[in-house]
Amino acid sequence: MSKLGLITKGLIKENPTFVLVLGMCPTLATTTSAMNGLEMGLATMFVLILSNIVISLIAPVVPDKVHIPVYIVVIATFVTVLQLLMQAYVPQVYETLGLFIPLIVVNCIVLGRAEAFACKNSVGDSALDGIGIGIGFTLSLTVIGIVREILGSGSIFGWKFIAGDGILAFVMAPGAFLVLGYLMVLFNKLAKR
Amino acid sequence: MAEYLLIIVSAIFVNNIVLAQFLGVCPFMGVSNKLSTATGMSGAVCFVITLATVVTYLINKYFLVPLGLTFLQTIAFILVIAALVQIVEIVLKKISPSLYQALGIFLPLITTNCAVLGVAINVVTKEFTFGDAAHMLNLGEATVYALATSLGYGLAMVLFAGMREQLAQSDVPESFKGLPIAFITVGIMAMAFLGFSGIV
Amino acid sequence: MAAVSNLKNMVLSLTLVCLVCSAILGGVFAMTSAPIKAAEAAKTNASIARVLPDFESEPAKESVTVDGTEYVYYRVPGTGYAIISTVGGFGGPLTLMVGIDEKGIICNTVVLSHSETPGLGAKCQTDASFIDQFKGWDPAAKKLAVTKDGGEVDAITASTITSRAYSAAIANAYSVYLKLGGNE
Repeated sequence: MSKLGLITKGLIKENPTFVLVLGMCPTLATTTSAMNGLEMGLATMFVLILSNIVISLIAPVVPDKVHIPVYIVVIATFVTVLQLLMQAYVPQVYETLGLFIPLIVVNCIVLGRAEAFACKNSVGDSALDGIGIGIGFTLSLTVIGIVREILGSGSIFGWKFIAGDGILAFVMAPGAFLVLGYLMVLFNKLAKR
Repeated sequence: MAEYLLIIVSAIFVNNIVLAQFLGVCPFMGVSNKLSTATGMSGAVCFVITLATVVTYLINKYFLVPLGLTFLQTIAFILVIAALVQIVEIVLKKISPSLYQALGIFLPLITTNCAVLGVAINVVTKEFTFGDAAHMLNLGEATVYALATSLGYGLAMVLFAGMREQLAQSDVPESFKGLPIAFITVGIMAMAFLGFSGIV
Repeated sequence: MAAVSNLKNMVLSLTLVCLVCSAILGGVFAMTSAPIKAAEAAKTNASIARVLPDFESEPAKESVTVDGTEYVYYRVPGTGYAIISTVGGFGGPLTLMVGIDEKGIICNTVVLSHSETPGLGAKCQTDASFIDQFKGWDPAAKKLAVTKDGGEVDAITASTITSRAYSAAIANAYSVYLKLGGNE
């Protein structure tokens, strides 16, 4: 696969949200607004790229039977680094995303990429794979966030275009499931063309 | 006693772990195709969440907090959960092969079920208000909360599996087939559960 | 390609990974602990500055127990108190910081954290007509309860429970103030 292909495949062909359907929890929980979705996507991308790089480096020397625990420790380390950095430099973002930052550890996308790609490929390719899938994830989350923010609060990235409230259900839990469901339908429809 | 009742109602209905907190959605979608697998998974999750919460609560209180190592929470908790799942698997295989047959295949999936880590972290970091003033949960409350939360998980899963079995036989438009219609169904279910908010 | 999975290798690699990771984390923790403390302090000071009028002296963090609940508060000598008070709202805990001056008059209130319904109860953070009614409120003269309960607080439309909780949180803060011997 070409280097460019590694980056672009996460957008459509292997889109982590709409095609692989991985990492649903943060996708649903943190997309109450476009900004929140974007921030969550970037946070996940940070962990994804770094863990992909390190895992592709250490994979040849890790005994097969303990590879999962080793990968989890590596991922958890980067998640904790991210937690500490966010608490120190962007405390407000850390507060909004809350529980879902530590939960990146169990995001199936991160461990999934480690297992399916990083442990069998070169460092460079693994980094590109992390970037590609990360961008795909970030974009999906931002799109869901945009739709929910438009419908639920009548604004885009905090810029309000209607006075008053939107359809509140879309900011709340049911809206997350509904928007994701309908966006998947749209994605299926477009992907089939 | 009243407080425990409030915890139970709140954890099962009002703040349902899947429908209101979005934890454990992947396995929720993954194994809710059939009622029988959904029940099996719910049982396994119930067991692991309760056990993991108690163990991580103790580790946090008597090890991480006194040593000032709370920044290692995430890494310590996930390792404990992974180890616990392994132990449960081994023990279950030895003492109850029939139970192992029913739950066994779901156990390896549970390590990466964010519901387990989510509940464990929530219990030691968040303040709760049940009835009166806000406070951190004590061990008894944490156990009840974990058990009730996982029962809520089971409830949502079993209800949803029942619906999905019906759904599989209905005529759904091509693009909606599979997960999209499932997500929309959960959305409507979540709306129904919104009706519980405010009762505790 | 992977190394042989014998016991020695497995234990060795796991131990090694854990050691390296703990070392990295220890390092990052040491590096970030000062900025994290600074960020937290900045947030608290910003809240205190919002609930109390201009002050010059440094706020001192203290705590007191009233009716079995421990309250954290900041004493600003010569100005008043910023008291943190948490009650159960509609969706979960609702935490306020309440500024009370030395005469027992409420200066302002600010929501520190909440889990109220977006667009309804969550308006307690943004609805100016609701928040501003507490500025200059004298709890000794005006009852801190929503009008439905016989008090004088105008509730947020369709969010009586949140408004009730908000009023209760302020009332609690006031009882902390009384306990501190505010009206000397």
